Amino acid sequence: MTQFLVRRIFFAAITFFAIVTVVFFLVRLAPGGPFDGERRLPPEIETNLRAAYNLDAPLYEQYRRFVVQLLQGDLGPSFKQKDFSINELIAAGLPVSMGLGISALFVALLLGLLIGTTAGFNQGTAIDRVLMGLSNFNLAIPTIVSAPLMVLIFSVALSLFPAGGADTWWHFVLPTFALAIPFSAELARLIRGGVAETISEPHVRTAYAKGIGTVRTVNRHILPIAVLPMISYLAPAAAGLLTGTVVIEQVFNLPGIGRYFVDGALNRDYTLVMGVTIVYSLAILIFNLIADVAYGLVDPRIRVTQK
Amino acid sequence: MKSRGLPLPSIVALTILGAIVLGTLLGPELSPYDSELIDWEQLEQPPSLGHWFGTDVIGRDLFVRTMEGARVSFTIALLTTVISLSIGIPWGAVAGFLGGAIDQFMMRIVDGFYCLPGLLVVILLVVLFGQNQYVLFAGLGMISWLNIARIVRAQTMRLRYSPFIQAAKGLGASTTTIVVKHILPNMVGPIVVYSTLMIPGVILAESFISFLGLGIQEPNTSWGVLVADGTQTMESSPWILTFPSACLALTVWCLNTLGDTMRDHLDPTSGMRSGA
Repeated sequence: MTQFLVRRIFFAAITFFAIVTVVFFLVRLAPGGPFDGERRLPPEIETNLRAAYNLDAPLYEQYRRFVVQLLQGDLGPSFKQKDFSINELIAAGLPVSMGLGISALFVALLLGLLIGTTAGFNQGTAIDRVLMGLSNFNLAIPTIVSAPLMVLIFSVALSLFPAGGADTWWHFVLPTFALAIPFSAELARLIRGGVAETISEPHVRTAYAKGIGTVRTVNRHILPIAVLPMISYLAPAAAGLLTGTVVIEQVFNLPGIGRYFVDGALNRDYTLVMGVTIVYSLAILIFNLIADVAYGLVDPRIRVTQK
Repeated sequence: MKSRGLPLPSIVALTILGAIVLGTLLGPELSPYDSELIDWEQLEQPPSLGHWFGTDVIGRDLFVRTMEGARVSFTIALLTTVISLSIGIPWGAVAGFLGGAIDQFMMRIVDGFYCLPGLLVVILLVVLFGQNQYVLFAGLGMISWLNIARIVRAQTMRLRYSPFIQAAKGLGASTTTIVVKHILPNMVGPIVVYSTLMIPGVILAESFISFLGLGIQEPNTSWGVLVADGTQTMESSPWILTFPSACLALTVWCLNTLGDTMRDHLDPTSGMRSGA
């Protein structure tokens, strides 16, 4: 297990380094400098600006400084919001985005498990068909459609929830569900499949035949195997949730990183966009790592061979 | 156990998809309105016989605009599929056929790409290299070839030691001939299935980016642009949101359903996994 973990962490570190390198050179390759759009600047001021933004050195030196700063956790200054560093902007938005992402993941897991196991144990019945039809329907409704619709129904027509802002947890209910529903649908499909497949396995029939009871059979012999496809889906799901927050924050007017990212993209704020991309990549890499370890811990086959 | 005919959802999906494609191809040609024609007499008109989907805030016919948007969305989906197939197939085939250290190295690169926040990378590219559709194609293609590469690699490894490939080797066929003439034709099925399942993802990704104002720009349109426009006026004139959203959601549902059916057909054991 330790060896497995070390290898994984090593690989994640290399991937992160590669991502950072590619992003850095992409930004430098891009046509046009960051100060092109503005009024013609006097040469002395432009020189000072270039020095301040670390653009005066040769490319390899810029890259070296960038990596050193990054290792110290410094993402540099924003190109467009002159008084802010990228760190400050991200620190301001991170709690909102993290809160949204984590609560959506939690809701998606809960709904997915509930719907998936119910459908799986009732495979082929009307309940199963209704639940899976509903899931396929939810999968097809993109959040750019469902989120505005939810605002229209629950905020405008019924006035149950606020339409935007992030003042209380009440503000997060609609965005969380809007973000979670498509993922809960995919999870429900996976869990249903896992349950439906596992209940016909020989070891489950043996467990029933031994007379150990339904509850124990379900908890000890069906669910641990049935949730495996779900765990391997968690890493891509987390990546999807993260990028999903960008749209959700836009629709519900939440001051998270996603909004800074979109504003940065619309203003061509290179360093801000680069910084957010790097932070999101790091988050996805960490989540991948957790999912890998969880898979190793949960899968009885891997657990047994490791011992 | 299963009947040989198409299941009902697939028939429905094929019919709806056929209707949307037909409308996309013929709609703008047959309609008396131009997608950019502004009619100040007909602002925000609800659906009627003259304007089937109504008109938008500056009096443009929404039916024609939705169908024009569909052209853009479908074009992007098809071109992106072509790009990701032309990267994914050679990548997977070479990795799977050569095996060993080269395979390991190539698949680690694929794993690395999986860790990218795909949508954000496309937006980064759009920001850096300009807001035009070529950058969109390239960016979306770049993030969507990964699954194809994995599937082609797995299929290649499965076929590599099969008797007919060994026979081809024994007869002195070159590696290129074996891969191109014997291995690739044997995996057309899975490639078609996974391309079908990839297209809805690409359509959604494009509509997300355009929705945020970072993709297709006015006066051009796509489903993402239309949905974004619709949300601006959804309280006063909901049809501006409803029709483009319905087309987008229906298309995604149809393609998902057809892809699932084809996958179940190809691999009967996956039928239990993918849901009813």
